[in-house]
Amino acid sequence: MPDSVTPYDGPVLEIEDLCLSYYTRAGEIPAVVDFSATLAPGESIGLVGESGCGKSTVAMAIMRYMGSNGDIVSGTVKFKGRDMATLSDEELRQIRGSEIAMIYQEPMAALNPSLTIGSQLIEVPMTHDGVSKEEASKRAIAMLADVHLPDPERLMEAYPHQISGGQQQRVVIAMALLSSPSLLLLDEPTTALDVTVEAGIVELIAELSRKYNSSLLYISHNLGLMLEVCDRICVMYSGEVVEEGHIDSIFSWPKHPYTHGLFGCIPLPHADKNARPLKAIRGQLPLPHERPQGCYFGPRCDFFKAGTCDQESVRMSEVNTDDDPAHRVRCKLWNSIDHDAAIPMGDAKPPAEIGETVLEIDGMQKYYEVRDTSFAAMISGKGVRQVKANEKITFRAGRGETVAIVGESGCGKSTFAKVLMGLEQATDGEVRMNGIDIGGMPVQSRSPKQLGSLQMVFQNPNDTLNPSLTIGAQIGRVIKKFGVETDPVKIQERVLHLLDVVKLPRDFAIRKPRQLSGGQKQRIGIARAFAGNPAMVIADEPISALDVSVAAAVTELLTDIQRENQTTLLFISHDLSAVRYLADRVVVMYLGMLVERGTTDEVFSPPYHPYTEALLSAVPIADPQVEKRRIVLEGNLPSALNPPKGCPFSTRCQRRIGEICDNEPPPVQFNADRHGIACHIPMEELRKVEPVIKVSDKKPDPAGATP
Amino acid sequence: MLIMISKRIGFMVLTMLVVSILLFLLLEYSPGNVAVKVLGPYSSEEARQLWLERHGYFEPLWWRYGSWLGNFINGEFGDSVRFRVPVSEVLWPRLWNTAILGFWTFAIMIPLSLILGVLAGMREGSRLDRIISVGSIITTSVPEFASTVLLSAIFVFGLKWLPGTSSMTSGFEVKQMILPVMVLIIYDFGYVARMTRASMAEVMTTHYIRTAILKGLPYRQVIMKHALRNALIAPFTVIMLQINWLLSGVIVVEFFFAYKGFGALLLEASLNQDIFVIEACAMVAVFVAVASQTIADIGYTYLNPRIRFT
Ligand SMILES: Nc1ncnc2c1ncn2[C@@H]1O[C@H](COP(=O)(O)OP(=O)(O)O)[C@@H](O)[C@H]1O
Ligand code: SF4
Ligand code: SF4
Ligand SMILES: [Mg+2]
Repeated sequence: MPDSVTPYDGPVLEIEDLCLSYYTRAGEIPAVVDFSATLAPGESIGLVGESGCGKSTVAMAIMRYMGSNGDIVSGTVKFKGRDMATLSDEELRQIRGSEIAMIYQEPMAALNPSLTIGSQLIEVPMTHDGVSKEEASKRAIAMLADVHLPDPERLMEAYPHQISGGQQQRVVIAMALLSSPSLLLLDEPTTALDVTVEAGIVELIAELSRKYNSSLLYISHNLGLMLEVCDRICVMYSGEVVEEGHIDSIFSWPKHPYTHGLFGCIPLPHADKNARPLKAIRGQLPLPHERPQGCYFGPRCDFFKAGTCDQESVRMSEVNTDDDPAHRVRCKLWNSIDHDAAIPMGDAKPPAEIGETVLEIDGMQKYYEVRDTSFAAMISGKGVRQVKANEKITFRAGRGETVAIVGESGCGKSTFAKVLMGLEQATDGEVRMNGIDIGGMPVQSRSPKQLGSLQMVFQNPNDTLNPSLTIGAQIGRVIKKFGVETDPVKIQERVLHLLDVVKLPRDFAIRKPRQLSGGQKQRIGIARAFAGNPAMVIADEPISALDVSVAAAVTELLTDIQRENQTTLLFISHDLSAVRYLADRVVVMYLGMLVERGTTDEVFSPPYHPYTEALLSAVPIADPQVEKRRIVLEGNLPSALNPPKGCPFSTRCQRRIGEICDNEPPPVQFNADRHGIACHIPMEELRKVEPVIKVSDKKPDPAGATP
Repeated sequence: MLIMISKRIGFMVLTMLVVSILLFLLLEYSPGNVAVKVLGPYSSEEARQLWLERHGYFEPLWWRYGSWLGNFINGEFGDSVRFRVPVSEVLWPRLWNTAILGFWTFAIMIPLSLILGVLAGMREGSRLDRIISVGSIITTSVPEFASTVLLSAIFVFGLKWLPGTSSMTSGFEVKQMILPVMVLIIYDFGYVARMTRASMAEVMTTHYIRTAILKGLPYRQVIMKHALRNALIAPFTVIMLQINWLLSGVIVVEFFFAYKGFGALLLEASLNQDIFVIEACAMVAVFVAVASQTIADIGYTYLNPRIRFT
């Protein structure tokens, strides 16, 4: 080990009362206040909280890298007993990348686009261990194999853009581990990745940190992920830790109202959009310079008590349970709150009635032609090739029904949405909307009524909002375009009504998009979609770019409006927790093909399609009572240009039964009336598969669970 | 890559053809004008007709264009009206002189502006950055003729260190090159330096530079290996375009210092309506413009692996 001469066996990291600020033209922004944490060798600690609460700032401060306008105001960071603030630039450089390494949220941005992967990897051992280039290459290749990347020698010569996002993240991990660091900082390492890829990366990190005995500081806003990777967890709110402790005690007996609030926002398996709806935390994270007096969470807290909570700043108190002495909480009233009843839950709502069929998709196909301009393709005459983006899609959706389309990125979900919207035309098959085939009908030839009756909510609301028009003008234009109203006064009335519906203040009508937060923009996106009284709304990943609490609010809003207007909702998502919560029916796609469809209950319990089974296993669930069977998919999604001949899933399938999978397209077998699975495994076999998720019904006994 | 290069070159040839057609139509469409320019305004009508006849000006337009183009490609541009010698005899030496001037200008300006630009962009907002940025804005905003006058006043009339003309009458002399080169550098270096600075500053804020720093690489290596390669892609294109700028930029300088270069030739030719010299100069200028653009495009693709390997 390239460690210090005398073996050090104290904590790897000790942070004490750390205060971090950024200095901007608007003045000092105290991004983090009094942050303390200790990390033992081999231990992993998680930081969770809404974006902007200071998680990344803490990670960067540990590296003593605060950018040009940030600074450590007070407090100490000790790494293996040495105060980082006293290190010279040279000593700091020697620690960075060798003893403390970092893994970043966006692997593509973290890698240098104009250097080969190999040259970016070998620098690490060459710089820190002073080895020769040959030796460094050897180590880099071995490490690439360690992070389970295929063909390491060839990969060394590749440039970052030539490999997929998941592979890029594996390269970043390899880079971080090359010098076997004692501390690994991970800042949302899987947030930008697909669930199945995430599952693989998470397992890899766990495996390698065990192998190299690294301590982990894991930053994420995903509570489910935290449960899988961390021993201890710090919940952060507005620059402070509000609750910390062992992962089991925080998840089983949270004490802080904010932690309760977070759990109320995530669609756990027992949540139900009708009986037990999600409840968003009201209000918003205060900006660092607008924090309230007393408890920062006060204005959003359901237990707020004037005179107690809005006085002096709140200190951490010990919760003092026998099994977790380290459980601490920053709340004045934690002792008097009834924690069993504290997880917020919305009021039960009547289930929507599902009416007559609105949308009928019958054998829809969409092929793209791509021109291959490479020399080889020109010579071999294969200049034009077909991408089968959608292949024989068949399903129905009724009035008021929510149908979810799930699958990894690149599986053809968005192409499908484009065909429905008329941005692309189907190559074959029918797409009947209220009985009329619109599959070949481009946007331009659809009537205003047809356009208005089929609307879309996008993942990124910025893409569709015109930055130079007021919100009111934009919604008004849509109302006029779809012929809902023509009288300017009536239009204005309807604009205000729609703002009420999406629960935004009416004076937002005169604001410009840039004055709105991400969640508010998404509400405007929803208001716009519902402006033309649509019969059907397609929501393409509407909440995946939003924070948990905002996502919960937007989810509830969407279901409420849908219920009221009896709108059919096509919900496109890769987030199976959200899908289970929202959808009545689910369609699972893989590589442009429909592999399973059925009601949500049917799809989420056996018999499963092997791909559905793997997807279910990949979703982290923030509930310690849930037991999950682990299935990690190997390899990448095959290229749509060159799909497998038989079953599309055969290259990665964990239940592949033999040659037949590779060579013959599987038949669709029906388990129940409209529950179809496209697989060669006989239905009787599939029925025998164990459920992926098991929920034990009783809460673990407080005295029983020990870390 | 190969396909891309051949496409680019094909495009370049096409552009040249279009320009040549335009040029031909503009200057040679009516033969009468040509005759007036060649023989002078006081020539007799008969003489003009005779000259036109002899030079094939009564052939159909497309035929004339064809043979005109053929002659051009073979380097036969006709005779200069003023010098009474074939145009190529005047043109090539002049072009060579300008190339020498351009070479020295570039040889000094490019390293200078790249180094200053990189130093400034490396630490955005530092004192060095501010000095370099302000300096380059000032030098660029002074017009060439002004700096020409100013520098001459200092070095020629004030200090008497350098000669005031660069006509090289007694053979090539380095001393005579200094002032013209200086004027050109002062005018252009700020522009390239500012581009480099902007590009470098942007690269320094990227995540991959953060990665390189947090990998514990020595700062030198972060700059030399990780930042420069990306930061120099944009200035490369700009530098190639400067070659093009130089051809017109030299007119003032060459004229002022009586340097016998391409710019001065162009100026003389226009003043004297020396039609075949104008045609030749115009084609050379267009060729340089299109060729430098083509090299810039190809180079940009080569330097940028994200485009090179897709
Ligand atoms: N470079 C910066 N300059 C000014 N403010 C910043 C800067 N980086 C982050 N902040 C502010 O500091 C706070 C914490 O940010 P961050 O650490 O990125 O939070 P998180 O990682 O939890 O999303 C936020 O209010 C953010 O706006
Ligand atoms: S201190 Fe008061 S306002 Fe703050 S979290 Fe506790 S109960 Fe809520
Ligand atoms: S057909 Fe074969 S490869 Fe495809 S899902 Fe079924 S078992 Fe797996
Ligand atoms: Mg962050």
